[in-house]
Amino acid sequence: MALPNHASTLERIWHYAYLIICGLIFLFLIAPILIVIPLSFNAEPYFTFTERMLKLDPTGYSTRWYDLLLTFGMQTPEAVRDGSWWSDAWANSQWINAAKNSVIIGFFSTILATALGTLAALGLSRPEMPFRRAIMAVLISPMIVPIIITATGMFFFYSATGLANSYVGIVLAHATLGIPFVIITVTATLVGFDHSLTRAAANLGADPTTTFFKITMPLILPGVISGALFAFVTSFDEVVVVLLVAAHDQQTIPRQMWNGIREQISPAILSVATILVIISILLLTTVELLRRRSERLRGMSPG
Amino acid sequence: MATLTDDSAFGADDRLTTADGKPLKAALARAEARAKRRAFFLVLPLFLFVLITFIVPIGQMLHRSVHNSGFTLHTDIGSKVQTPIMVNLRDWFDNNPRGTEPDEAAFEALAADLVVLREVKAAGQAGTRINYELSGTRSMFTKAARKAPKLEAPFAAAILDLDEDWADPELWAAMRDASSAYTMNFYLAAVDLTRDTDGFVAQVDEKRRLYKQLFVRTLLLSLLITGLTFVLAYPIAHMLATLPLRYSNLLMILVLLPFWTSLLVRTTSWMVLLQSQGVVNDALVGTGVLADDSRIQMMYNQTGTIIAMTHILLPFMVLPLYSVMRTINPSYVRAAKSLGATSWTAFRRIYFPLTVPGIGAGALLVFILAVGYYITPALVGGADGQLISNLIAFHMQKSLNWSLAAALAGLLLGGILILYWLYDRLIGIDNLKLG
Repeated sequence: MALPNHASTLERIWHYAYLIICGLIFLFLIAPILIVIPLSFNAEPYFTFTERMLKLDPTGYSTRWYDLLLTFGMQTPEAVRDGSWWSDAWANSQWINAAKNSVIIGFFSTILATALGTLAALGLSRPEMPFRRAIMAVLISPMIVPIIITATGMFFFYSATGLANSYVGIVLAHATLGIPFVIITVTATLVGFDHSLTRAAANLGADPTTTFFKITMPLILPGVISGALFAFVTSFDEVVVVLLVAAHDQQTIPRQMWNGIREQISPAILSVATILVIISILLLTTVELLRRRSERLRGMSPG
Repeated sequence: MATLTDDSAFGADDRLTTADGKPLKAALARAEARAKRRAFFLVLPLFLFVLITFIVPIGQMLHRSVHNSGFTLHTDIGSKVQTPIMVNLRDWFDNNPRGTEPDEAAFEALAADLVVLREVKAAGQAGTRINYELSGTRSMFTKAARKAPKLEAPFAAAILDLDEDWADPELWAAMRDASSAYTMNFYLAAVDLTRDTDGFVAQVDEKRRLYKQLFVRTLLLSLLITGLTFVLAYPIAHMLATLPLRYSNLLMILVLLPFWTSLLVRTTSWMVLLQSQGVVNDALVGTGVLADDSRIQMMYNQTGTIIAMTHILLPFMVLPLYSVMRTINPSYVRAAKSLGATSWTAFRRIYFPLTVPGIGAGALLVFILAVGYYITPALVGGADGQLISNLIAFHMQKSLNWSLAAALAGLLLGGILILYWLYDRLIGIDNLKLG
């Protein structure tokens, strides 16, 4: 990376140009995500930095849009903020209700996707698995097939089977969409898994169940958790299937955002976006830590 | 089994056996079969799950694209009772070849069917089905069905009295096409083709051509976006791959964070940035690059779609490129240089060819994902930034022509499956990496 001493002038110019280009591309990647954070504290209902914000004047900033997230849909948003105000918010605030729905749907679809996906990944990573390639291609396909096609198919299927407008339907759909991520992360952890460990356990008298829970599971756990987080994020971010198959009163955070963006975009959307960005930073950190732990466990070079 | 044991007992000295006297070959085959079964049963639950929640729905969608019973069968919403409709007319179509002028018998059949339509309240449904083929005909059916009980012989005159258009040969051709539930007409419509009155495939009017152009636009935009992601991803993937791991892992976070951030959040950010009163325009006006009245329109048009999708799909290009570049031994380039190659030649002849597998993997993945994109174009695309997925959604939610939506989806799916197969062939699904 460093420039050698004998580099010509042209090479020097190119080297610095290259660094600047890379810097700009990284800026392009990250700036749009970070820009919503300061803008969500705008005191005015605009999507740009006001003069007062640029002068770092505290009056240019406010948390009114976060407040709106709580009060939107409440029965008595003006009341004194005591216990009953908070219980009103918990019961009636539209965004809180959407968040509750999103978490419930995300939780169950993650459990389903992770349990089934981990089992399948264990089978798929065995060399003796028949039709391995074809089956893998089928199981990964929900990630490749455009979401609108998946949603269209599910719309027909759910209207025929009576699953439309039900939580069960959405959970099943989201689990299907999350499965490829679980398979990919767990099979990646199982690559280079030392099978002599399980043989040694069997040799020492452990039955397959004990071997799985005492030997295999702790080793692949980081991959399983990463996969589960991926599956959760997939469900937490999914809007198209919900739009097509869910009932009108089944709001989720992305659906509420979608409606907000389409109808009348208000800075309240930016405060939701900020919260989601912070959640994704936390998730990314968790996954990175897990990945390093997994590499350490498997004796690979620390990343 | 018995013969095998006998066999082994017979030739015990020249055969390897397990401790309990079974031939090793048979024992091994059994163990292998057991391992195979075990692996298979681990995968089976998920396979069945995906089959039911994913493959079957898609199959149902494809069935819908070639099957529409709007003109043949009515299902009551409440009681689920199914009534065949247009029975008499279908009989007449069966007995008279295509091109026959509708005679009094045909109109009599039609009148009888209109009475049934009125009884089971299916005039709207039948009219809608014909309307797909020939627009403006739905109201003819609902109107005629309302007046059906009062129709008297001669039926031809009576029906034509309601509306002159009932004599239109195109209408009769459309009704003949719709009289069988299975049809390829929706696929024809999805590529701007139609059937003329003689049943031959023909292009639709120039003014009403829409889908082919949209498919072409989707392909071109996806290619452009793939190209842009490649141009942007190559330098940073190279930088990440050549930096020491300590630093590259930190920079990698800048690539992975967008990957983990909600799609809607990223789209919203771009709307905020690119609006005509948004951050980018304000900055350009503020620094004096632009006059206040010449703000650039970057949102709700193709530009918006291209910028936002390039940003969203960039990590899918960086990650495969990075994982290939990581494995390239730096001494290859050093060797080329020490043999007299300039930096450019060393890059062109040595480094670049080694990265081609990564380029292929990234480009195919980005292209596959771009072709089917829906959310971003729907939000930032405006009128000319819409892709084929948006039209599928339009027919699903607004025009309610589900069979046409399914046919469009079927074509898109076919294209994507070919690319997916190619990806599996060239790169292998198991090499897909997520950070």
